[in-house]
Amino acid sequence: MHSDIIIVGAGVTGCAVARVLSRYEADVTVIDRGADVADGASKANSGIVHAGFDAHPGTLKAKLNVQGAQMYPDLCEELGVPYSQPGALVIGFNEEDRATLERLVDQAEENGVPGVRILEREEALALEPQMNPQVLCALYAPTSGLTSPYEMTFALADHAALNGVKFRLSEEVEGVVRGADGLWHITTDKDEHTCRVFVNCAGVGSASLHNMMGGQPLRIIDRRGQYYLLDRISKLPFEMTIFQCPTKMGKGVLVSPTVHGNLLLGPSAEDIPDELDTSTTAEGLAFVLEKSRLTWPNVAVRGTITNFSGIRAHEEKGDFIIGSVEGCEGAYEAVGIESPGLTAAPAIGEMLGGMIASEQNLRKKAEIEPPYQRKKPFHEMTNDERAQAVAENPLYGNVVCRCEVVTEAEIREAIHRPVGATTIDGVKRRTRAGMGRCQGGFCSPRVAQILSQELGISMLEVTKSGGESRLLTGTIHDAMKGETP
Amino acid sequence: MEITCINCPVGCRLTVELENGEVKSVTGNTCRRGETYAKQECTDPQRMVTAVIPVEGASMPLSVKTRTPIPKAKIEACMAALADVKISAPVKAGSVVLADVCGTGVDVIATKSV
Amino acid sequence: MNRQVDVLVIGAGPAGLAAVIAAKEDGIDNLLVLEREHESGGILRQCIHNGFGLHRFGEELTGPEYAQRDIDRAAELGIEIQTDTTVLSVSHAREVTCVSAKHGLQIIQAKAIVLAMGCRERPRGALGTPGTRCAGIYSAGTAQKFVNLEGYMPGKRVVILGSGDIGLIMARRMTLQGAKVLACVELMPYSSGLNRNIVQCLNDYNIPLYLSHTVVDIKGRERLTGVTVARVDEHRQPIPGSEIEFDCDTLLLSVGLLPENELSEGAGVKLSPVTMGAEVNDALATSVPGIFACGNVLHVHDLVDHVSNESFRAGRAAAAFARGELDDMEEIAVRDGEGVRGVVPQRIRKGAAQGVDLMFRPTSVYKNAACVVTCGEREVARKRALIFTPGEMAVVSLKPDAVAGLDGPVTVRIERS
Repeated sequence: MHSDIIIVGAGVTGCAVARVLSRYEADVTVIDRGADVADGASKANSGIVHAGFDAHPGTLKAKLNVQGAQMYPDLCEELGVPYSQPGALVIGFNEEDRATLERLVDQAEENGVPGVRILEREEALALEPQMNPQVLCALYAPTSGLTSPYEMTFALADHAALNGVKFRLSEEVEGVVRGADGLWHITTDKDEHTCRVFVNCAGVGSASLHNMMGGQPLRIIDRRGQYYLLDRISKLPFEMTIFQCPTKMGKGVLVSPTVHGNLLLGPSAEDIPDELDTSTTAEGLAFVLEKSRLTWPNVAVRGTITNFSGIRAHEEKGDFIIGSVEGCEGAYEAVGIESPGLTAAPAIGEMLGGMIASEQNLRKKAEIEPPYQRKKPFHEMTNDERAQAVAENPLYGNVVCRCEVVTEAEIREAIHRPVGATTIDGVKRRTRAGMGRCQGGFCSPRVAQILSQELGISMLEVTKSGGESRLLTGTIHDAMKGETP
Repeated sequence: MEITCINCPVGCRLTVELENGEVKSVTGNTCRRGETYAKQECTDPQRMVTAVIPVEGASMPLSVKTRTPIPKAKIEACMAALADVKISAPVKAGSVVLADVCGTGVDVIATKSV
Repeated sequence: MNRQVDVLVIGAGPAGLAAVIAAKEDGIDNLLVLEREHESGGILRQCIHNGFGLHRFGEELTGPEYAQRDIDRAAELGIEIQTDTTVLSVSHAREVTCVSAKHGLQIIQAKAIVLAMGCRERPRGALGTPGTRCAGIYSAGTAQKFVNLEGYMPGKRVVILGSGDIGLIMARRMTLQGAKVLACVELMPYSSGLNRNIVQCLNDYNIPLYLSHTVVDIKGRERLTGVTVARVDEHRQPIPGSEIEFDCDTLLLSVGLLPENELSEGAGVKLSPVTMGAEVNDALATSVPGIFACGNVLHVHDLVDHVSNESFRAGRAAAAFARGELDDMEEIAVRDGEGVRGVVPQRIRKGAAQGVDLMFRPTSVYKNAACVVTCGEREVARKRALIFTPGEMAVVSLKPDAVAGLDGPVTVRIERS
């Protein structure tokens, strides 16, 4: 199959680039080995829109972080993605920490982050009374925000798809070579593709793609971060994101509300040999708990509803690598996109997409479709709005997920979005069905039924997250007869 | 020997004295059924069997039970026999799904209407 | 406001059905039951095994048969049950907001409300078990729904974590329906399920029960490929070197049930941190006037017969309240003593003029012990038993004259002999 442009990687970076390129006259295809967009680090991170005080001045990380953070409020509004800006604290316990925080304040100024200042103990505790009272001082960053990383990715993908970008999911790239015809030839486990422009946004898989293309060899370190997610309760112990002083392994363990009102603890930071090993470990989780206690002495895991991990693609030298690939004509990349990658993604999209468009002389489309507008979640509606929604579509009257109050109408809508859900996890991330305290115990059989109806597949083909992750192994009849379907 | 009565959820712990394969005494039971159970369990253990089987023309399976307990040794054969039952909707609760299962003289009946 | 009713019952499982039947039989006609599922019967619909109803009906029924008796009785009495209807909120002033495809959004004012929403299973996340988040991990009840109500098998080679009753029942169900159950693993040194279920669900099928063990790792990228089980020490911490690997495609969790009280909390009902259900008096009245609770939403029962009994009382009390006949009375606190956890009711009305059953869970296994109820220094009830175990709800009854004589807080404890 031929496309003008192939982007490998349907994470937040790849989707941001795809969305920018969808404004131009070009056939764009996004390929990802995951069964859904946002299947890698984009689904499993802190969801923080970083203010931008942490990155070293002069780096791409610093520049794109600050640009991205500025874009977030309007972009979320435009795309219908949840966003809030509760601010953040970085807490210090001794004079050494204070020196670090003062350095961060200077950095903030140099990076152009507004309003960052040091608070003394009393002031910090007044803002967050549940915090460890032994805190000495804290950096306060009022512009630090929260978003839903996978919902941002879905929205970017939907908007790109509405403007003609094709998504090929569950397809793994096995080879990339530049042919004598001047085209890039991409071999996947499903197909052969050719394209004029090849864009590598493959996250933890980006180094192997880069090296396959014949660029200057580079190395990505797979750095796993484990998290605890706590149940939504009416009054969370913290309103802001609370960081500890950064270390060379990253920003350290944070305690933060999520944009949906859960509480998140984590991440750990462990370099691992397998880029797909998103398991959690007893040691990793214990580490998160122990470190969280420093921020929140009364840390309560009683309300834990799940634990998970994501893998950051850490490039050895530490900065983002964005641009054309040296020595590989028509190849571009965004590599080493770790924190603050989510924050920077919209800016990376503009930068890399813009660069490709100008270097490849792409023509702007006369008209661009507006973003896909997801209907307001039932859970957030007023009673009048609910009454009206059910009157217009009775499926709003069928509550499928009781913990998060998600209706059948919303689940069917999620499956029919431009880049729709095809798995239980896909429905969960788009609608929150199964995100709550029972973790899908009650609703997953019903969600599976709806998926099977809408996708026209048998219940036995419904998967949790694609591939072999089937929910069911056969009918009772097969099993009683000792047969395998 | 010590056995647990399974007649009801109380689950009384019974002590059974056996002599030459015959039950001499039963203690620990809190009702008459316990004694009967102990004697039965030590000589010819029996169980109720419940299961679900597919029904043609219905999206839900049919739940069934043996009307009375059957010998424990026949449970497997009973399930195998149920695997061969072909039944179509509608089925009424209480109706016989499989008569005299495995020669036990016990019928398998539907426990709900489908 | 769409409608006003005298008694509104939330949930048409065994608790809700018993409550509404009792209210109707007590003379209330303006009744409504709201049920979120498509059919009445609650969790009994999927409990196709036998063992229900021995106390109440004197015969051994399967879950669907037990439920059908109440469903038939409710129909006979002409009680309106709105199924496929989800309650979104309950206010302190007993205004109930619910939604359904058929009736849209409704706001209903009730004179009295009976909460009978049941309970839910603790999920994996609550255990903090590390490992992958692959397919093939289900709570036992979810698996039960797939098999018994939908006719699908969730797996072929199964390990069960937790020895709660649903887990034990599913060990047998999966085996009978053609799967291989490799082990049942229990963190505690005793089972949390009923003894009869250990016998007829595990022992009968030679399924090993590993007490004082837990799952320490979950493997498999897409579908589950195996779990690691380890022995735990007296602090429930895994002992290195004791690991056993199981090659399985399914892990079922039966690690506890939690009363489902989001609606109760929204109404301002005071919950017990021990039972996780409402705090009630002997009439099943919660802290909010006119709101009553019964069944598994109040505290998790082992026997549906007990649920029905409790719910009959709640239904009658709600009926009396709706008629304005349930007077406020001074109340006496009931406290957990040694060896006792989560006594229900937590309060007894002074002058209740009837006997009161005190239900609780023992904190550990006591053999040849007595449950003793005291009021001050005075013993007001005593019940001996060969065994008290956390897996079985214990009941001790206060006779009407004992209730009449109460003059201060009551304590329930277990006395070793």
